[in-house]
Order: sequence, then C-alpha cells, then structure tokens
Amino acid sequence: MSAVAVDGVWKFYGDFPALRDVRLEAAAGSCLALIGRNGAGKTTLLRIMAGFSRPGRGQVRIFGNTPRETETRRQIGFIGHGISVYDELSALENLTLFGKLYGLADPRRAALEWLERTGLERVRNGLVREFSRGMRQRLAVARAFLHEPSVLLLDEPFTALDDRAIAVLQTLLRQALAAGKTIILSTHQLREALELASHVALLNRGQAAFCGSCTPEMAADPGLIYARYGEG
Amino acid sequence: MREKILYVLGIVALLILAWNINAIARLPEETQQGVTFKIIFFHVPMWAAAMTAACAALLASVGFLVTKNFRFDAAAVAVTEVGLAFTTVGLVTGSIWGREIWGIWWTWDARLTSALVCWLLYAGYLMLRKAIEEPTQRATFAAVFSIFAFIDVPIVVFSIKWWRTQHPQPVFWAGGSFPPDWTTHFLWNMVAMLLFGIVMVAVRLRQEEAQREIDSLRRTAHAQ
Amino acid sequence: MGFFRQVLVIAAKDLRAELRTKEAINASLAFALVILLLFSFAFDPTEDTTREISGGLLWIVFAFAGALVLNRSFARELPNDCLDALIAAPISGAALFLGKAVANFLLVLAVELVSLPVFGIFYNVRWTSQFGELMLVLALGTWALTVIGTIFSALTVNIRLREVMLPMLTYPILVPALLGAMQLTTGLVAGKPIGPDTMAWLKMLIGFDVVYTAVSLVLVESVLVG
Repeated sequence: MSAVAVDGVWKFYGDFPALRDVRLEAAAGSCLALIGRNGAGKTTLLRIMAGFSRPGRGQVRIFGNTPRETETRRQIGFIGHGISVYDELSALENLTLFGKLYGLADPRRAALEWLERTGLERVRNGLVREFSRGMRQRLAVARAFLHEPSVLLLDEPFTALDDRAIAVLQTLLRQALAAGKTIILSTHQLREALELASHVALLNRGQAAFCGSCTPEMAADPGLIYARYGEG
Repeated sequence: MREKILYVLGIVALLILAWNINAIARLPEETQQGVTFKIIFFHVPMWAAAMTAACAALLASVGFLVTKNFRFDAAAVAVTEVGLAFTTVGLVTGSIWGREIWGIWWTWDARLTSALVCWLLYAGYLMLRKAIEEPTQRATFAAVFSIFAFIDVPIVVFSIKWWRTQHPQPVFWAGGSFPPDWTTHFLWNMVAMLLFGIVMVAVRLRQEEAQREIDSLRRTAHAQ
Repeated sequence: MGFFRQVLVIAAKDLRAELRTKEAINASLAFALVILLLFSFAFDPTEDTTREISGGLLWIVFAFAGALVLNRSFARELPNDCLDALIAAPISGAALFLGKAVANFLLVLAVELVSLPVFGIFYNVRWTSQFGELMLVLALGTWALTVIGTIFSALTVNIRLREVMLPMLTYPILVPALLGAMQLTTGLVAGKPIGPDTMAWLKMLIGFDVVYTAVSLVLVESVLVG
C-alpha cells in the first residue's frame, strides 16, 4: 500500500478547476518533490493532502484513510507558508502545547528533545516574538516533527530559510527518510529538493504533467523536467 | 427557451397584478379605515413571499453544506436577495399604513420589531457575502450564517412578543372578517406576488451562474 | 486525550496568549468604562431612571466591550497561520471551538465583573442584593454572547472590515438573548428576585444558549475545513 495516494482529485474555486484530475502516489519511505510554476496548484494539493480543505471530486488516502480522520492526522506533519507557532508564547510553551494536542505521553520531554535537535534549547523560554527569522523557522520545523509523523508534507520548506535552518531541515529529512518515513515537498529550489527526492511530480495548470522516479540526469539538470513535460 | 418561459411567467404575474389592482380599486372602502385598509392586499402577500424566501434560503444553505454544489449557493443568494426586497417593501407598506391609521411611521411593537431584526439578519447575510472573496469560503460561511439567522427568527418573534405584551400596546386594531370576494382578490394577489418572486429569483439565479462563469474565465485567463 | 482535556488545552493556550499581551482585555475594559461614562450624559442618572434602564445599559456595555475580545479570538491565529496547525492537530473542530469559546467567556466575564462595581459606584446603585441570581444571568447572557461571537469570529476572520462585520452580524442574532438578559438584570439590580413573571426570560436564555451551542458544534467543522 502506498503511503500517500491522490486519486483523481479535483478542486474548484467557484467553477474554476484549480486541480484537474490529479493522480499521484508516494510509496512509504520515498521522497516526492512536487514542482511547478506559481499557481500550478502545488499549495492547493498539499493542503488537500494535509486535510485542510476537501477535494471537490476524487479522494486522498494516507495509509488507506482520509486525511481528516483523527488517527491519520496523528501521522501527518505539515509545514506551510506560515510558521504556525504563537508569537506570544515561548518556544517551549509552543511545543508543549502541540505535544498535548497530539496526545503525546510526555509533551514536555518531547518538546525539550526537539528544541535540542533544532538547536533552540538555549532560548527555550524566550518568546517567539523575540526570535530571529531563522530561529522561528527552526521552531516551525520542530513543531512539524514533534509527534514523529510518518508522512511529512512540506510546502516550500526551503524558501525563506537561512543556511543553518536549511542544514537542520535537510539533516532531519535525511534521518526521516532513513527511518522509512514518507516526504512530499513542493519547491522552487529544485537543486535542494532533487538532492533528497526519489520521485518527482510536475504540476502544470492544475494537472499532473509528469510523475515518476527522479533520474540522475534530472538531478543534474533540473530544467530538463520542465523542458520535457511543461509547456513553454 | 428558459428565458422565454421566464418572460412569459413574469408578464402573467404582472397581468394578474394589474387586473387585480383594478378590481381592488373598485371594491368599497372599509368602514373604519377607509381606503388605507386596502394596503393589506399588498402588504400581507409581500410578507408571505418573504417568509417563503427565508425557508427556501434555509433549504438551499443546508443543501450547499451537504453537497458543496454551487447551484445551491446561487439559489440561496437569489432567494435571500428577493426575500429581502419583499421584506423591505413589507416594512415600507406597513409603515405607510401605520402613518395613516396610528398616526406614526414606526412603533416598537412586536411585529415591527421582529420584522426589522429579520431584515437586519438577512442584510447581514448579503454583506458577509460581499466581504468574502474566495467562492467556496463565501458559500460555506454564508450558508452557516443563513442557518443561524433562520433559527433566530422564531426566537426573536417569541421573545419580542413576550417583551411587548408586558407593556401597553400603542394602538389596538381588532380586525373584522373579510368578505368572500375580497378573499378572492387577496388570494390572486398572493399568487401574483409569489409568481413574480419566483421569476425574480430565476433571473437572479441566471445572473449568479453567469457571474460564476465570468469569475472562472477570469481565473483561467490569469492562470495562462 | 479526552475531549474535555483538549478543550482545556485550547482554552488555556488562548488565555495565556491573551494575558501575556493583554491587548484585547485592556482595550475591552477601557471601552467599557468609556461607554459607562457616556451613558451618564445620555440620560439624567437619577435613582429612578437608572433603576429602570440598568439592565439595558449594562448589557449594551457588555456587548460592545465583549466584541473587542471576540474580534481577537480567531484573529489571534492569523499572523503565523496558526489556525493551520490547530486544524492539522488530531482534535475535533468542536473541541477547538469550545476551547476558544471558554477562553472568550472567561475574558468577557472578567471585563463584566470589573464593570459592575464601577457601574454601582458611578450610578449609586446597590446591585449586590440578588448577587447569586445576577451572576447566573450574567453567566448565561455572556455565554450567549461568546458562543455566537466565537463562531462568527471564525466566519469573519479573513475578511476586510472584520472589526465592523463581527458586531453587525452578532448583535441582530443576539437580540433575543440580550433582551432576556436586560429584562432579568434590570429586575435583579433593583432587588427583585426572579419570579414567575420573569421565569420565561430565564428559560428563553437557557434555550438560546443550548440551541446555539449545539448548532455551532455541528457546523464548526464545515467552517474550519473548507
């Protein structure tokens, strides 16, 4: 069974189809890079996979279940455009909060562990409001990994990250892949993504124009996929 | 074809109305209120149409939330707008009657107050729609609000009635009975108003569908 | 984790975030005091007039000041897309909604409990004679305000003119609840306990709370997940 299966998904804004009959699959332990131009539907698709919005037609299955089921949500880690942590709370309070919401046995211990893994243990009691941009991003990464999700959905994770945060994230993603977790990430930074990716999917105007293995020649020249499968 | 049927129905409604107004004008004047009384031929059917619209809006809103089909959303906005127009005219005709019979344009009596609250609720619905850009969100949020508003109407009517009965009513009007031929004209007006309402809803529905198509084409153009 | 623990976690989170900045509650409190002051010019605050309109005056203050707290409820989730993380978490929309409503309820109630003695001092009213029943009415009316305010806060969070839209949608829906709370409060402040003639208001208020809490819990999932 594939970890994530997108089966004929359509999404409409009014009558306008933002996604048209998208079919994708990601096997457990694989890393799928979702590429495409702005407005191709990458964010929309990722948000449907994460269960933030419902598809107009078709369905998404995560280990055979819909994303809105409570058990499925426990298995998903999501990083979107915002950092999704509270400015008024400290780093530790933020992570403990999400640890509690995910029903972790010891939320505080998990929070401390992830603060350490993202290099934030020194500022754990600092308010997020006072954090630098890079620190905020690392905290967002810690929040997404906190509950040990088996499927990671990342929307443009490398955009707006500083070098240190990129390094932290790439290490974590490699470890996750080694542990058999599934990663789907959308990106414009093809090089960073293709280093990790085992598979590539190209979205073009709401349609999956290509979905397959990431070959060495693609990794060497990312423009190749666009040239071959994208129009213009 | 659909358009032609609509035009025909609209003309039929107006013809019934014109014929009926002529007939009503010839009716003798009511003993106590004189000619002013005849406003009831228009006032009551307006409210009947408005209430029908409110019920239809509820059904359409629930329909949208269940099916996520935008036809229900279009139906909801169409009936609410037409219903609000009827409510407005209902309030105005009621007010004119009040000016003639009670000597005042407005009084905070139970029925007037609840009617005004209903008007505010459904006007709020339309304003909420105007403020939301994204079509799915607009339709969903508007449907949720419409359900809240509909549930509120009976509670409002009950509570305000209860509030007002504690106070002296400004003016009492104990209505006499309606002669049978008056009832006939009244019912014809009812039919004409409802038919007219249906035609307006259908026209508005077409507009809404066209609007959706335009929005979709615009998005497609932007996506190029 | 059980449903009620989830509700408590969300409520505690909202309260902690609010108490750290005190943005909404300070604004709300200051606004309540300003309206209390303005009312003294709107009518001659003699003993008789004040007794007659005390319920109306207080609930208008509460509704206006409460709107400032309610406006912040979902707006607080906006800056970093925090709502996404809450929707992604394995808790139901109902628990999320109820947690936020509880936090708002406590904040609005706090503003009210400060406004009441201020009202008593400014207008020379001994409002404590029916303290227990007054607190009951206060709690029921405030729950009506917060349950409607919280769900509408979710409806209006993304739109232009949020600050204006929320009160404009909330107050007409609240007419029955505010009317009941005003009638009951006027009597209680004047020292008359809830009797057979005012019992219907209490029942209506309870009914309003129950019906709208239930409807909100049913519909909140469709509001949060588009």
